Amino acid sequence: MQQTLKKKAANLEERIVKIILIIMALASVFSIGLIGFFLFKEGLPFVWNYGITNFLFGTTWNPTNQIYGIFPMIIGTVLVTILAIVIGAPIGIAVAVFLAEVAPARLTRIIKPMVDLLAGIPSVVYGLFGIVVIRSMIRSLAHGPLGEYLPGTYQTGYSVLAGGIILAIMILPTIITISADAIRAVPKEYKEAALGLGSTDWQSVYSVVVPAAKSGIITSIILGTGRALGETMAIIMVAGNTVQIPEFGWQGIFAPVRTLTGNVALEMGYAGPEHRQALFATGIVLFIFIMILNSITLALVKKEH
Amino acid sequence: MSKVKRNQIIAYSLLSLAAALTVTILLAIVFYIMSRGLAMINLAFLLEEPRRMGAEGGIYPAILGTVYLVGVTLLLATPIGVGTAIYLNEYIREGLFKKVIRFTTEALAGIPSIVFGLFGFIFFVILLRDITGGWSIISGSLTGVMMILPVVIRASEEALRNVPNPLREGSLALGTTRWYTIKKIVLPLAFPGILTSLILSIGRVVGETAAFLLTLGGSLLIPRTLFDGSRTLSLHLYMVAMETGNMDMAFGTGAVLIILIIIINFLAGALFKRLIKRFS
Repeated sequence: MQQTLKKKAANLEERIVKIILIIMALASVFSIGLIGFFLFKEGLPFVWNYGITNFLFGTTWNPTNQIYGIFPMIIGTVLVTILAIVIGAPIGIAVAVFLAEVAPARLTRIIKPMVDLLAGIPSVVYGLFGIVVIRSMIRSLAHGPLGEYLPGTYQTGYSVLAGGIILAIMILPTIITISADAIRAVPKEYKEAALGLGSTDWQSVYSVVVPAAKSGIITSIILGTGRALGETMAIIMVAGNTVQIPEFGWQGIFAPVRTLTGNVALEMGYAGPEHRQALFATGIVLFIFIMILNSITLALVKKEH
Repeated sequence: MSKVKRNQIIAYSLLSLAAALTVTILLAIVFYIMSRGLAMINLAFLLEEPRRMGAEGGIYPAILGTVYLVGVTLLLATPIGVGTAIYLNEYIREGLFKKVIRFTTEALAGIPSIVFGLFGFIFFVILLRDITGGWSIISGSLTGVMMILPVVIRASEEALRNVPNPLREGSLALGTTRWYTIKKIVLPLAFPGILTSLILSIGRVVGETAAFLLTLGGSLLIPRTLFDGSRTLSLHLYMVAMETGNMDMAFGTGAVLIILIIIINFLAGALFKRLIKRFS
């Protein structure tokens, strides 16, 4: 009798636990559903009323006069992100190859925690370093030797360049860690076969190992792009936040810009109802950018398997 | 020297240079922040309230705010995250449900923090303000939970997967239930791995700013309850640097943050090492 009671209790516990676990497992599905729903509920009606082309391609952002064009911020976001990738990706991949193929194990054990630390430093600390060190360096260049070629507003140091450099540093850990994992995952036999055919170490790394890890390396770059695109605090501290399309040409990298993320963070605090909706719409644009990047990553991973 | 040999030397020098550059950048940032910030840190800086918007005085409310926020966020995220991992790893096979959860977890991990901030603002701060108190530690924590959930789930799953199957089978063969086996055999073994993920999540919450800018409110007062507005150290650094322009205070806060992150990474690393030892 007691035996069966005990068994019944255990069975009941088992069933209750299972239900609780299912509810917990649904929490992340629920979260993303809620985020998507509220983002679109707040932002979409505005885009609809204001006109999607006016919103996306309008070049003036002036909430006091109900003008909401985010094109300069799309350009700003794209520029700093591209610059970050152009600087960060080659360095990151080089470090990954170094750690996975060249460096002795002891050196890897020293560098790896440093890369992790780079990933852990808060973005505001990067921003602070960016303002005081990188921005000042760019300023002395833009205000000094390049002064006669640049308009006055381009000489402050707050610029696409400052933002791109800071973001490049911030995406390094993502690119290094994921690329290095991908390179390490290439079967040893590949390299041995190449060496057996008489290639040097570098030849086999360059023409066999790295190409075999290609999709992992591309994934790391895409994830890095996502991180750069979504970064907010460091970029508002160094990019200048002026809503303005930079001049076409090399001078453009010294132009102050505002990003989509920066727009939301800077103005949400004091926005009125319509202005707030426009900021949510800005969030939607950002959300869609990220979703496109995620789908590319997913497609790549699928192709791999 | 042959051309291929020379190419190899050039290539490897460039790779080493990239690694040296990365290490130099890290050290430059850490040393620069420390050299300007460490001098600011003393007992008064840590334990006094700020004056003049944080341009003078200490950072005590921001320390408290950080501790509360981290505590509440982890308290909520741990059961949900670990529970999800248990369900995924111990209860169901590969299939649609698992795929859906895995996909949403990945998607959640990719969402920029400012978008979490937007959601937290409209949902927790505005819509649920009668419950959360508007801009408050609770609103910030609930937003934070959504952000760290992917980290906790992924790492806990990994930890559970590392527990060898024969242990489960042995326990089940003795006639125990599944939950009993998980409770008594699987979870204790996976514990260090789960703990590592939680420690790394602390780092994420400490370093996060954009989402909390929109949900915590940035109050400089000492929070009395979880329904009061607050600010974290990161948020404090940002506001002090941008609003008061007193960079010394910002550097002091930055140094505290870096020390915190170094401690967190060290703890996580040490735990991880023990973990590897146990399973090999």
